[in-house]
Amino acid sequence: MKFGVVVFPGSNCDHDAWFAVSNNLGQKAEFIWHDATSLGDVDAVILPGGFSYGDYLRCGAIAKFSPVMQSVRKFADAGGLVLGICNGFQILTESGLLPGALIKNSGLKFACKPVPLRVETTNSPFTSDAAKGQRLVMPIAHGEGCYTADERTLDQLEAEDRVVLRYLENPNGSMRDIAGILNEERNVMGLMPHPDRASEPLMGSSDGLVILQSMVSAVAQASVLVEAKG
Amino acid sequence: MTPQVIEAHQLTAAEYEKIVALLGREPTYTELGIFSVMWSEHCSYKSSRIHLKKLPTRSKLVLQGPGENAGIIDIGGGYAIAFKIESHNHPSFIEPFQGAATGVGGILRDIFTMGARPIAVMDALRFGPLDIPRNRRILQGVVSGIAHYGNCFGVPTVGGECVFEECYNGNPLVNAFALGVFKKDEVFYGKAKGVGNPVIYVGAKTGRDGIHGASMASAEFTEESKQKRPNVQVGDPFLEKLLLEACLEAMQTGAIVGIQDMGAAGLTCSTCEMGSRAETGVEIDLQYVPQRETGMTPYEIMLSESQERMLLVAEKGREEEVFRVFRKWGLDAVTVGRVTPDGILRVKDHGQVVAEIPNRALADEAPVYNRPYTKPYRPAPLQPPGELPAGDVKADLIALLDSGDICSKRWIWEQYDYMVRTNTLEGPGADAAIMRIKETGTSIAMSLDGNARYCVLDPREGAKLIVAECCRNLSTAGALPVAATNNLNFGNPERPEIMAQLVACIEGMAEACEFFETPITGGNVSLYNETLGEAIFPTPVMGIVGLMKTTPPTPVHFQQPDRAVILLGGFGECDNLRFGGTQYAKVILNALWGLPPALDMQYEKRVHEAIREIVSAGLAESAHDLSDGGLAVALAEAGFGAAGVGVRVEVPRADRQEIQLFHEAPSRILLTTAEPENVLAIARKFSVEAAQIGVTMKERLRIDCGSENLLDCDLKELRHPWETSLESTLHQP
Repeated sequence: MKFGVVVFPGSNCDHDAWFAVSNNLGQKAEFIWHDATSLGDVDAVILPGGFSYGDYLRCGAIAKFSPVMQSVRKFADAGGLVLGICNGFQILTESGLLPGALIKNSGLKFACKPVPLRVETTNSPFTSDAAKGQRLVMPIAHGEGCYTADERTLDQLEAEDRVVLRYLENPNGSMRDIAGILNEERNVMGLMPHPDRASEPLMGSSDGLVILQSMVSAVAQASVLVEAKG
Repeated sequence: MTPQVIEAHQLTAAEYEKIVALLGREPTYTELGIFSVMWSEHCSYKSSRIHLKKLPTRSKLVLQGPGENAGIIDIGGGYAIAFKIESHNHPSFIEPFQGAATGVGGILRDIFTMGARPIAVMDALRFGPLDIPRNRRILQGVVSGIAHYGNCFGVPTVGGECVFEECYNGNPLVNAFALGVFKKDEVFYGKAKGVGNPVIYVGAKTGRDGIHGASMASAEFTEESKQKRPNVQVGDPFLEKLLLEACLEAMQTGAIVGIQDMGAAGLTCSTCEMGSRAETGVEIDLQYVPQRETGMTPYEIMLSESQERMLLVAEKGREEEVFRVFRKWGLDAVTVGRVTPDGILRVKDHGQVVAEIPNRALADEAPVYNRPYTKPYRPAPLQPPGELPAGDVKADLIALLDSGDICSKRWIWEQYDYMVRTNTLEGPGADAAIMRIKETGTSIAMSLDGNARYCVLDPREGAKLIVAECCRNLSTAGALPVAATNNLNFGNPERPEIMAQLVACIEGMAEACEFFETPITGGNVSLYNETLGEAIFPTPVMGIVGLMKTTPPTPVHFQQPDRAVILLGGFGECDNLRFGGTQYAKVILNALWGLPPALDMQYEKRVHEAIREIVSAGLAESAHDLSDGGLAVALAEAGFGAAGVGVRVEVPRADRQEIQLFHEAPSRILLTTAEPENVLAIARKFSVEAAQIGVTMKERLRIDCGSENLLDCDLKELRHPWETSLESTLHQP
């Protein structure tokens, strides 16, 4: 399958995502420039980490108006898989593709470290290859990763089994220890930890691969279904 | 020109005479400003130049030595690395956040202006003691500034050091190191070649910030220095990221002939240096320079140190290829002038000539001073302050682990993104940082180190010890040291006893770099680090890089219980005299005396060869070199890993156990292995002392001497103060 990695001018984990997919996962990956009005023939989209347009205003606040995000929205509406990592998660919440917001870490400082996580649901195309309750270690690297939403939204996320990952040691004050969530249709996921930075033993962890691998499985299954129908 | 105007530009009467002679007339006000920055200590190295010539600069791997924006080393497989260290001390004192941020920005530009993509940053930081609130604010500002710039730009900050000393109270040191990688046949130089070629300005617009920054960095601090805050530049890491990508992409077009960043002395420095290197002239008209303020004078435009700007020379007729790339990244790119045959820097403003100076006069004819030097200033006695008081091993060890220089710096480095670009095999907190080069299967190990206490006691030996320590760090990681960069931070060179420190440090460094085969490929000299007449300790900082095969790194920490613990290099020797520069003397005795530890370079090198062979044979499960705090601190630090494995060791009888446990003799490495015989055999092969001093065990640190127990405690008792010290000090009311 082919992953599209969106490149905003201030993306700086675009190569990390590309390398994780192409080198460590063994799938195709191509870059999509931020003013692209079409995503081409990609099967899934990754919004990588970084500082999209500098993010001096609010992380992702300007990115939501970019041409590529209009295409990403259409892609998601049509059921395409969209994974937002770190800044990508921030952009997804700013764009309204995911609920809630990511605000300054409760410690008020940027935090970079590997953190333990728990897989809360496998009922998603991003975690279908994982086991429920599985412990994953992936790095975080963000200043604004404190997941925040109103109580009703949080209750709804939990009731609908849309919390994908939780922190085992909450590093940023995120409400209900939330590290990653799904949209209602379950084809858009945002997470603050970096699966791209945990995709081979030399990085200290390969735990992030299960997320990318699940996406590959989901796309393969979908194409089998399409072929079966056709 | 009145004497007052000349003095305000920090030029002496004799220097002014030389300017008049070079021009054959009185300079204009703009020309005077241009000369003052180019001939400042910061840009011209006028006090250090004749001594810097003593440093070794060549080897088979050196593709580019000093004199360019950064040094370049061949790492094989068709690839090369560019690296350099640079200080931003003065701005960081005046405005810590922006001072440190733009320090990182400046060194990054030095790397990518050569065509290399920066893959790692390290920082050597020095502050006054943290019990003074102002020093806490400076540290927090500096750390946030580094984090702000590096994290957004997308370069990992992977290591460095942070040291506290009274002498940095009014004069903190911020030395930033950066390293980049590129194909070795795609190197770009700062040369304005090709008469008629267009000179193109790219990047941020020019404002009034940072005017005379270079001159500010060439003067002592006084009470009035705080008024110099407007001289500090403001950084925009997002713009720098755009500039990086645009420059690297534009270089691929093949239309760029030469390129140089606008750092210290801004447009002035980049124009005349590019011309001087190519033996051409450069003519620009300031009306075309993008400006973010109105009414700027030619003087202000030429001297502005606005950040995130570059000057490049393109092939005539291919400008559009370059412009297209910069447009894509949303950046200004404007032709501001052209290369001329006459060797003159000619600055026009709307066609009117405002400055006309031979490039060589600015870049190469700056005054060179052989400043008088006497004996190095030494504010410490030779003899100890009295009989060494009896110590308590456990209390002393805890006090050392809790002290500023030795305690964990996690609070600092967790604010840095040390993993972005996924090349970091070993990040902060290890003896050396290790970055893999994805393209070649080679990894680069790097270490940043200084020790001003050693240098103030003996500048020559102190400098050698620093080189040895860096090379030991690299070798402990399994890497072969290949090249170095240096940052020389000293006081006022016009004082002969300070000049003597500088000369002795350079000579010691030259000797050690020659011996350890790590030529200096570039660096930075920061003088006038004095506040109200009080100089800092002589503080040379070395950044040394080494090469190794890409393999999983050997951890610093003990991994498993029941492994043999070997002290490679032996217990070392130390007497009262050579104990005076140690962390024990500083923290426990609050004193400084005597001489630095004795270094036998021949022996040190054999230790490096032995540990490299041990590590590359896969025999070491963990390896950690002994430095600050000696053996006892190294044993504790190696026990602070995730595995919770400590050690039980046996030490020989000694007159003074404090000295044996805490002295800082070099040439020693602590390692654990499942195959002690093989390790000892390698040590014998290199005629290096080595002995099994104990075995690892769960959760405790125990030290015995015969039947006497010197220390026996839970690792947690030691780990807690080490881990929390910095944060609790910073958060005290």
